[in-house]
Amino acid sequence: MAKKALILVGGGTRGTRFRPLSLESPKVLFPVAGKPIVSHAIDAAATLPSVQEIVLVGFHPASTFNELIAQTKRQYPNIVIKYLQEYKPLGTAGGLYHFRDEILSGDPEAFFVIHADVCSSFPLEEIETFYKNVEADAVILATNVPKQTVVGNFGSIVVADDGSGKVVHYVEKPESALSTLVNAGVYLFNKSIFDTIAEAKKERSDQVSSGVSFDTDPDFLSLERDILSKLPHLSNTKFYAYVSKDFWRQIKTAGSALPANSLYLQKLDQSDSKSPGLLPRSSNIIPPVYADETAIIDPTAKLGPNVSIGKHVTIGKGARVRDSVILNGTEIKHDAVILNTIISDDCKIGSWARIEGSSDSTAASTSAASTGYMVGITDGVSVGSSSTGVSILASNVLVGDEVHIKNSVILNWKEIKSDVCNEVIM
Amino acid sequence: MKGLILVGGFGTRLRPLTLTMPKPLVEFGNKPMILHQIEALAAAGVTDIVLAVNYRPEIMVAALKEYEAKYGVSITFSVETEPLGTAGPLKLAENILKKDNSPFFVLNSDVTCEYPFAELIEFHNAHGGEGTIVATKVEEPSKYGVIVHRENSTQIDRFVEKPVEFVGNRINAGIYILNPSVIDLIELRPTSIEKETFPQLAAAGTLHSFDLEGYWMDVGQPKDFLAGSTLYLSALNKKSPELLSSGPFVHGGNVLVDPTANIHPEAKIGPNVVIGPNVTVGAGARLKHAVILKNATIEPHCFVNNSIIGWNSKVGKWARVENVSVLGDDVEVKDEIYCNGARVLPHKTIAGNVEKPEIIM
Repeated sequence: MAKKALILVGGGTRGTRFRPLSLESPKVLFPVAGKPIVSHAIDAAATLPSVQEIVLVGFHPASTFNELIAQTKRQYPNIVIKYLQEYKPLGTAGGLYHFRDEILSGDPEAFFVIHADVCSSFPLEEIETFYKNVEADAVILATNVPKQTVVGNFGSIVVADDGSGKVVHYVEKPESALSTLVNAGVYLFNKSIFDTIAEAKKERSDQVSSGVSFDTDPDFLSLERDILSKLPHLSNTKFYAYVSKDFWRQIKTAGSALPANSLYLQKLDQSDSKSPGLLPRSSNIIPPVYADETAIIDPTAKLGPNVSIGKHVTIGKGARVRDSVILNGTEIKHDAVILNTIISDDCKIGSWARIEGSSDSTAASTSAASTGYMVGITDGVSVGSSSTGVSILASNVLVGDEVHIKNSVILNWKEIKSDVCNEVIM
Repeated sequence: MKGLILVGGFGTRLRPLTLTMPKPLVEFGNKPMILHQIEALAAAGVTDIVLAVNYRPEIMVAALKEYEAKYGVSITFSVETEPLGTAGPLKLAENILKKDNSPFFVLNSDVTCEYPFAELIEFHNAHGGEGTIVATKVEEPSKYGVIVHRENSTQIDRFVEKPVEFVGNRINAGIYILNPSVIDLIELRPTSIEKETFPQLAAAGTLHSFDLEGYWMDVGQPKDFLAGSTLYLSALNKKSPELLSSGPFVHGGNVLVDPTANIHPEAKIGPNVVIGPNVTVGAGARLKHAVILKNATIEPHCFVNNSIIGWNSKVGKWARVENVSVLGDDVEVKDEIYCNGARVLPHKTIAGNVEKPEIIM
């Protein structure tokens, strides 16, 4: 079946919404629940029996993924994995089209296309089975979101009334909420998708050359905007939606890495609570808590739930960490409190410092409503909040003893000696 | 002779510019900040220059190689594994600074002035002490460490930190010339030349001060960078007015324009504007008290006041950018947008008004 999985890793827009965490390395390499965002998608594809090759496609410099690819090869010696770098930002469809010969080599019957920046259970096997059962040419993973969030945020999918999942209409980021069923960023296509892209490309260059379109680059094509909207109306393409009730989130802003971390940790804990890195429940550990084996955690520190701790982190006596991600090499001194916060590499947090994203702001209450679409996970679990309810420290930040940082973003190499609230420190 | 430039860390005060360019290479008056200092040192006969840095970006290594060849000087990076303050780096670079008996210069890289190094050497040699501090006069000495002299002498008696009553208005300008023996007073650890080394020299009666003529400014942050640019342009106007633009668009004077910039004659520019290489300025654009860095595009009819427009950035038609707005590399401000004190990180597009000073990440 699907011999190949293509993972779209982006890079054309430089991930500005994910700042400050994307200032030093790309968003898809940011670790949540103990591994890079993109590795969650890679692992889902690599463990699927049919997949033999995984191809990352994007605009980042080639060296960006060297380490990841080497590590993935070691982990899955029977899978081919490579990175194809676009020569300019080509958009999600433009990139696939540019590399179509490479993608179709070996004549795969079908191939997955996965956006790396979604947090999902990636039900690839179910999608594959569904694809076979309905004899589709294209399947899109769909998920339900609250009605008020649809407008301007998602690709909206309208399916036939007969319950078959046949897509009758698709519109990217609609101005009205057509449907609460949205594009979850995972597709299974066969090679006919390239015919549709070729047509769209021709249409685009005709428009550009005749001056109808103001888009200056005819090679730039978005799968979502330019291609998916056409598919329901093609007589020779069978386009279906596979609706998943599992958890699903977009990872857009830096703050959204926090709910992604929580969801992946909860999933891991529910499926295998003895998984390497997960700390067992104790008086001071509230699962799920993931900690790298090189982390040094004082037994009197209280951690969890929803905490990830990176390599060579030290956490001092009586510290408290909840709903947070702590990256490699960071030192948290005794009696510090870290809540709803992301702390990047090599930071130093002073004693009795308190760093938090608040849950009392209005931003947090809207996101509390949005936990409604976090289904498939224990009822009533809070997964932090949107970016405004999160504090974020970029790398090499020093926070003094007793300092209070609330709902703030601190760029790298800054020293914080006094309290900061609702601020960006550049 | 030898010179040491204290460059230090990541220049975070000058962000967002220093997110994509090391601070010493940010152009001040269309020339990298550090090049002003290297040129002045080379002109005073300095052949060995040490850059005291906490990190060594590749782009800086490449730029300084070029300057080595051009100015016939040897430039060495002295990399601190932990920040050593203002005195520690002298000890770390001891090998070079003590290679002969001649005195050496020390400069803080953020300081801009006319660098009167030839006069400084002459003065230093004449008084025969161990060190000379360049002093500048300020209006409000209460914010600084003030130099107090022995009566009718240039010899420094003591320093008074943030004086509450008037004891003088000369402050340390961050530029020194010191004898190699001074390094023997310094230990290899984080230590302050102002607070630890100089008081010892003053107590021994071997430290003098030299009055700086002309302007002086610490340009380490955007507001002061703009103010410093204005001072630099005024000085240039006195010294070499032929370097300033006299184009039809100049209004109020003190406009420095790179020859490769393309400026519409109907633009109105000045006073106090620096325009970098390959910049385009459209018809009816109004620029004052502004620094426009390389490859920026200023579209017609926009208004830029008291702001820095970063490399490759674009200000749209009828946009208004003011109040110490700083656009990082490759920022776009869309047509008709208002930016009030916006600090914009690289590669962002501003499509909505920024009504009050804010960091756009």
